[in-house]
Amino acid sequence: MENILILTKRFSIPNANQLEVALKHGAYSSLEKLFSMKPEDVVEEVKKSNLKGRGGAGFPTGLKWSFIPKDTKKPIYLCVNADESEPGTFTDRYIMEYDPHLLIEGIINTSYAIKSHTAYIYIRGEYVKQYQILSRALEEARKAGYVGKNILGSGYDLDIWLHRGAGAYICGEETGLIESLEGKKGQPRIKPPFPAVEGLFRSPTIVNNVKTIASVPWIVLNGGEAYAKIGTKDSTGTNIFGVSGHVNQPGYWELPFGMRFLEFLEKYPKGVKGGKLKALIPGGSSTPVLTAEECEDLYLSYESMLAHKTFLGTGGMIVMNEHTDMVKALKTLTRFYSEESCGQCTPCREGTSWLDRLLDRILNREATTKELDLLIEISDNMEGKTICALAAACAMPVRSFVTKFRSDFEKYVKPISIPVHKVAEKIIQKEPIAS
Amino acid sequence: MAVKFSEEALKEYEEITTHYPDRKATLLPALWIAQREFGYISKEVMEYVAELVGVPFVRVYEVVEFYTMYHKKKPGRYHLQLCQTLSCYLAGAEEIRKYIEEKLNLKPGETSEDGLFSFQLMECLGSCHTAPVVQINDDYYENLTVEKFDAIIQDLKKHN
Repeated sequence: MENILILTKRFSIPNANQLEVALKHGAYSSLEKLFSMKPEDVVEEVKKSNLKGRGGAGFPTGLKWSFIPKDTKKPIYLCVNADESEPGTFTDRYIMEYDPHLLIEGIINTSYAIKSHTAYIYIRGEYVKQYQILSRALEEARKAGYVGKNILGSGYDLDIWLHRGAGAYICGEETGLIESLEGKKGQPRIKPPFPAVEGLFRSPTIVNNVKTIASVPWIVLNGGEAYAKIGTKDSTGTNIFGVSGHVNQPGYWELPFGMRFLEFLEKYPKGVKGGKLKALIPGGSSTPVLTAEECEDLYLSYESMLAHKTFLGTGGMIVMNEHTDMVKALKTLTRFYSEESCGQCTPCREGTSWLDRLLDRILNREATTKELDLLIEISDNMEGKTICALAAACAMPVRSFVTKFRSDFEKYVKPISIPVHKVAEKIIQKEPIAS
Repeated sequence: MAVKFSEEALKEYEEITTHYPDRKATLLPALWIAQREFGYISKEVMEYVAELVGVPFVRVYEVVEFYTMYHKKKPGRYHLQLCQTLSCYLAGAEEIRKYIEEKLNLKPGETSEDGLFSFQLMECLGSCHTAPVVQINDDYYENLTVEKFDAIIQDLKKHN
């Protein structure tokens, strides 16, 4: 099972990003079967596969597709989320770079299933090389009749357009992405209405991540049940797991879900570099951090992560060794989230930057023990009180870092026992805390 | 000099308008072309783009302000964008930052007097496994050490 490759199967073939080479190795082979099926049946197969969205939230893909109103008179849109900006996450870019035709094939499959005739690939602005490769691949696919009018004589029309972002993490959030595509600031919309009902240009829209969409051709070719047999019961299929931080060999590997984390860590990234394992961020920076002890019985699956009160997220892991200063590590994350907050909701705009300023105070040794509690209190007041999940994405690492690695933080602070709201007042009024 | 796209850029832009049912959606692509044409997005450029796309000036202004990749002032010939988020931090991005601040005498947001280098700190470039990473114009420079970065800078200086 370990060597089943669905997303990276052509990665090792030289020039597989060119149509001629990709075709020799099976690109677009799902289309004949796809066009022999009814769109509803494709949705059913994806439901059977139990494919979950790989962008981080892990929502069942087939179920999301089925939320499109059956009787809509409006055009239906597909938005491919290629904005990949969650710290620790870097694998979508390789699908676009090494096998853009797999993504295009996935887009054709997905668009057909949801009865869309226009798809947009929203790619983060920094990925210039990937934009150029995708652009060329789309041109090849258009010329060869895989994209455009009456694809392969099926009677099905599909336009695919590339749309380049301009440097904003929030545009990876599905409604932020839609706003940005419409030519606005990427400020998320209140849900409901969900994009499947009212999304891009106020029409039904499905937003799916690159890896999610790239998994669909295999499901169409081999059937949802075959896909559901790979991995574990609740985490079916494969994912590309990326590892960065203190490991001997950072990189990415496609594996079925379910491997024990410590076995994975030794076998693929070749173990922790520079000392013992101290902490793991399992799926992008927003997922709560785990201690080395918690990693003992951790498995690479949605359910094992949930059992550890964290998330599989994007599968982008960050490993930290025993010499890591968790306060400095967290500071890079609070800075990230305070920089990237779109500013729309007060708890997020104020909360992320307040947390970041508190981290500065701690690092400057100006803070007291009570401010560690304040970090938690602010986090509790951010989560679930905003339009999108960015506030929670900041609150979760803060809370988990401070509670699980409190001794790291205590090295920086002076013990003091005044009530936490007094501390907050003093900080706001810029008074010395100890008086 | 009045701000105006070249004929080629205008043609490119008009083709892009066919990708969307609403012309307003072409604002980001129009700004990308504008940045390529004029080097950065000045107030005049914003006014021109607003008219071209058919949106109020303030819409263009807020979009340019919101996204980090649109330059509101002229960047250096080589725009150094250093990622400083967690994986890059763990891999030594601070050393590269020191190099830029001390050897190139550039603080974040500054451009060197000769116009050769400008410097910006970035939040996660999506290259965590090849950290630390600097993006220079359109290219990523990965797995950097101070020595490697110094060699890149010397090379860029030589080619100028």
